[in-house]
Amino acid sequence: MRRTALTAAGGLLASAVLAPYVVMLLTALKPDAELRTTPPRLLPVAWRPGNFLAVLADPGFADWLRVSLVVAAASTAIVVLAAAPAAYYTARHRFVGRTAFLFVVLVTQMFSPTALVVGLYREAFDLDLVNTYAALILTNAAFNLAFAIWILRAFFASIPREIEEAAAVDGCGRAGTLVRVVLPLSLPGLVTAVIFAFIAAWNEYIIALTLMTAPERKPLTVGITSYVTAYVQHWNHLFAASVLAIVPVVVLFAVIERHLVGGLTAGSVK
Amino acid sequence: MRGRRWEALLWLGPSLALIGGVVFYPAVALVGASLGRYSITGVYQGSVGADNYARLLQQPALPVVLVNTAVWVAVVVGITVVISLGLAQLLNEDFPGRALVRWALIVPWAASLIMTSKLFVWIYDYYFGALNALLTSLRVLPQPVDWLGEDATVMGAMIAVGVFVSLPFTTYVLLAGLASIPGDVYEAARVDGASRWATYRRLTLPLLKPALLVAVVLNAIYVFNSFPIVWTLNDRNPGFAHDTMVTYMYKIAFKSALRDVGLAAALGVVNVALILLAVLAYLRTVRWDDGDAAVSGRA
Repeated sequence: MRRTALTAAGGLLASAVLAPYVVMLLTALKPDAELRTTPPRLLPVAWRPGNFLAVLADPGFADWLRVSLVVAAASTAIVVLAAAPAAYYTARHRFVGRTAFLFVVLVTQMFSPTALVVGLYREAFDLDLVNTYAALILTNAAFNLAFAIWILRAFFASIPREIEEAAAVDGCGRAGTLVRVVLPLSLPGLVTAVIFAFIAAWNEYIIALTLMTAPERKPLTVGITSYVTAYVQHWNHLFAASVLAIVPVVVLFAVIERHLVGGLTAGSVK
Repeated sequence: MRGRRWEALLWLGPSLALIGGVVFYPAVALVGASLGRYSITGVYQGSVGADNYARLLQQPALPVVLVNTAVWVAVVVGITVVISLGLAQLLNEDFPGRALVRWALIVPWAASLIMTSKLFVWIYDYYFGALNALLTSLRVLPQPVDWLGEDATVMGAMIAVGVFVSLPFTTYVLLAGLASIPGDVYEAARVDGASRWATYRRLTLPLLKPALLVAVVLNAIYVFNSFPIVWTLNDRNPGFAHDTMVTYMYKIAFKSALRDVGLAAALGVVNVALILLAVLAYLRTVRWDDGDAAVSGRA
């Protein structure tokens, strides 16, 4: 009886959370003519799965998708390359400046680029980096670094030193030990860091909106808003593109769910 | 010992370079810009001292924007935490289908905020939106409401979306807090014959306090920084009547006729200072230290 009530409450919660996204999906499946009916209908009369194909065939969408993939992949690679050595060294060594370094990393985690957007734009303007991939890639990498350092550091710290010492005896240098022994043993942490960095860059909006003004240089988050403006209202295409952008990240997010809170709250919830 | 220091620089170097180039440099550039004058195309035209800060205080929109920001942050965080306490309690129970419900809750967290914001612009639409259709057919409303056009409803409509997207993170933080409460605490309460509500109020809530503090402070920082929701849902309305400090700053710098880099930078410095205060408050509440025990990726 109690379990039935709990399941009913859970079902209600899931429905409430998903309801807006059901509207998104059903609108994406409507023909243009059905977007403007009063009163509005929830279900399409004529189902148009072809809207998804139309979006995929749109050269604009292809540009935005390419920019999003390039920026998210490149910034994720930089995050891992920068975070792994820093996480390893701070997990294994005490040294002057260690606390200061970790403090600075923690502060950057809480500083979204939003607060610094005017300064970031000044920097890009002065260095002639407006509308370049480099500016967007490096900004995403810097602001997603902290999460990767926390997660990797926790996994590295949990690996017994004896395993590393054995690797050292076998002739691995310290960098070799990190790459060949420590990272493979920390695979769940590495996967979490990679997925988190990728999704955060994939979803980033304000810096892309500010720095990427050329149409072919916009990522998905900025580009798809041109489906609905003061002049054109292709809500079905906007939402078809949104569904295509959201579904993969929800699946990836579900994979790393267990580790998210620990990384985002920097271990304060124990 | 000197060798060790160089060694540390080598391992931390890439991270330090990123943070230096993308966080510190812009922060310094922001302060610099707040002391200068710029042409409408963004070219530096010389120093004006503290003049931008003085002009900021004279902006007629500033009081409204400050009040909006306080309401936006306080109400979104407050409602989110109260609802999340209930959701965490529910998801902490074992029932068939719980995994599915937890996955559903992930969706607003993982989805791009700008896409969710656009979705709600459509749902709130006066003529074609699902919300008016639902509420008028249930006779909750006698006629449709222009949710994003009426001064009386814009902030409420934005707050609802703010709460919607903040629930997952908050619920998960509180779930982690609940998971850390040892079961034998409840055994003792059951032996003592305490009612469910009394147990919750006298045992669960006090033990949940650290997780609650984390949820409140981190959410306050996130919601203060939140840009896409206010930017998108308030898009139609002229002026600054429903802006927060972050969207006001952005409009001054990049969108309105003002294009006033110096003025926007002055407001940006104020925003950064406020966030720094919140971060320090956070670090005090979690009693942060750099020991390995304090950092755990295993929730």
